[in-house]
Amino acid sequence: MAKEVIKVANLEKYYQKRHVLHEINFSIHEGEVVTLLGPSGSGKSTLIRCLNGLEPYQKGDVIFNGEKVVPTEKNWQQIRQKIGMVFQSYDLFPNLTVLENILLGPVKVQHQSREEAKVNAERLLAQVGLQDYENVYPRQLSGGQKQRIAIVRALALKPELMLFDEVTASLDPEMVRGVLNIISNLAQDSNMTMIVVTHEMNFAQQIADRVLFLEDGHILEQTKGDQFFKQPQTDRAKAFLESMDF
Amino acid sequence: MAHSGINVLFEGRNLIRLFGGLWTTIEIAAVALILGLILGVILGVLRTFQNRLLRVILRLYLEFFRIIPTVVLLFLFYYILPKQMGLNLLANEVATLVFALWTAAEMSDIVRGALISVPQHQRESGMAIGLSRWQLYRYVLIPQAVSLELPATINLVTRVIKTTSLLMLISVMDVINVGQQVVEANNQKYPTGVFWVYGIIFVMYFAIDYPLSWWAKRMDKKRLERANG
Ligand SMILES: Nc1ncnc2c1ncn2[C@@H]1O[C@H](COP(=O)(O)OP(=O)(O)O)[C@@H](O)[C@H]1O
Ligand SMILES: [Mg+2]
Repeated sequence: MAKEVIKVANLEKYYQKRHVLHEINFSIHEGEVVTLLGPSGSGKSTLIRCLNGLEPYQKGDVIFNGEKVVPTEKNWQQIRQKIGMVFQSYDLFPNLTVLENILLGPVKVQHQSREEAKVNAERLLAQVGLQDYENVYPRQLSGGQKQRIAIVRALALKPELMLFDEVTASLDPEMVRGVLNIISNLAQDSNMTMIVVTHEMNFAQQIADRVLFLEDGHILEQTKGDQFFKQPQTDRAKAFLESMDF
Repeated sequence: MAHSGINVLFEGRNLIRLFGGLWTTIEIAAVALILGLILGVILGVLRTFQNRLLRVILRLYLEFFRIIPTVVLLFLFYYILPKQMGLNLLANEVATLVFALWTAAEMSDIVRGALISVPQHQRESGMAIGLSRWQLYRYVLIPQAVSLELPATINLVTRVIKTTSLLMLISVMDVINVGQQVVEANNQKYPTGVFWVYGIIFVMYFAIDYPLSWWAKRMDKKRLERANG
């Protein structure tokens, strides 16, 4: 059986008094694609942000590669190099060119040689069809292009797990396909382990090995991908799928 | 016979003395600005940290230098501190120190404001690629803050240079003080000399400050255009 990349045990999260994640338990194995679905405000973003330490949690554990994370800033900083994350907003660094955006992590954080990192960056850029944009600044790119670069920037660190938080939610419709294709290719060709939060139900159905369905901070069900979309186990999930016109 | 007032400038070494005074002014302003801006950036960064005590102390420092008029600061440092603390500084050194501390205080506020207006997403995407706090500031936040704060910084520089005209009050041989001496020495021969002397000092300040103000305005406009476009 494939190795367990990440495991979450009894995780509880509060924003001040407000309890937003309740008893979260799941684990993800190497090469698995999990989509995290649920209504807006159910805690999807909060949950994946807990997985790379961008949000502190009050109880429970995150276990990465079999080791319990001791949640200090220093430890998270190490672990974040192995967990890539792409956000909804296009958040490239506007003061750096595309290539410098991509090289920052590998060169400054991982101390790879610039030449080696550059070869890798160019290979990744070619994979997303943006090999001619190395020396361009983010403001000259479209939303879809920025988001593809943001994915490359995360991949450049050679992560073992990728987190995608509604990465197509603020893109123009004609840009969405291209970005989703990159994520599917990553799942199929590179066998990347990932957690994908998305509102694109067709896409979710196509890539999900498993679905975690979240509502009001509770995981209501964890179901195999093909089954979830045909026959969700809970009425809540059924209603959710209907509300998404699926 | 009446002498034309403008000749007061060419009498003896007057013009050279005025430029010498200008040089003293520029020297004090330049050293104070370099030290003050560097210190200001450091303090500005520190003011964005979570540490409560540090923030309160730095805030008090800022308010002290902002509320107390520069004239009073100059007197305080020149006349009172040396007596109380047994520090003996030359007038030029006192002036440089006061202006540097004042610049640092104002600059810390500019830098802090610019840093906290860099969007939270930038901070998080920097953290997400594993940058340490220091690297986050060095490669992401400070470079972005600089372009936000540049116009305000140039305005501060302009203000500091203008305020150097107060240096004469603590008998620094700056351009104003030299000008006054020239006027007094030549009062008999050139009754209208005062207009010419202060006229040329005006031109000197204008020649330095106007391009700076113009530059700051232009940059602010460009930045707004870019933000809207
Ligand atoms: N920084 C925050 N402070 C306080 N409450 C928050 C914060 N971020 C999110 N929340 C609340 O936590 C809940 C979960 O939010 P979120 O994780 O963003 O949900 P989702 O991504 O599923 O839309 C929501 O009720 C939201 O209002
Ligand atoms: Mg969300």
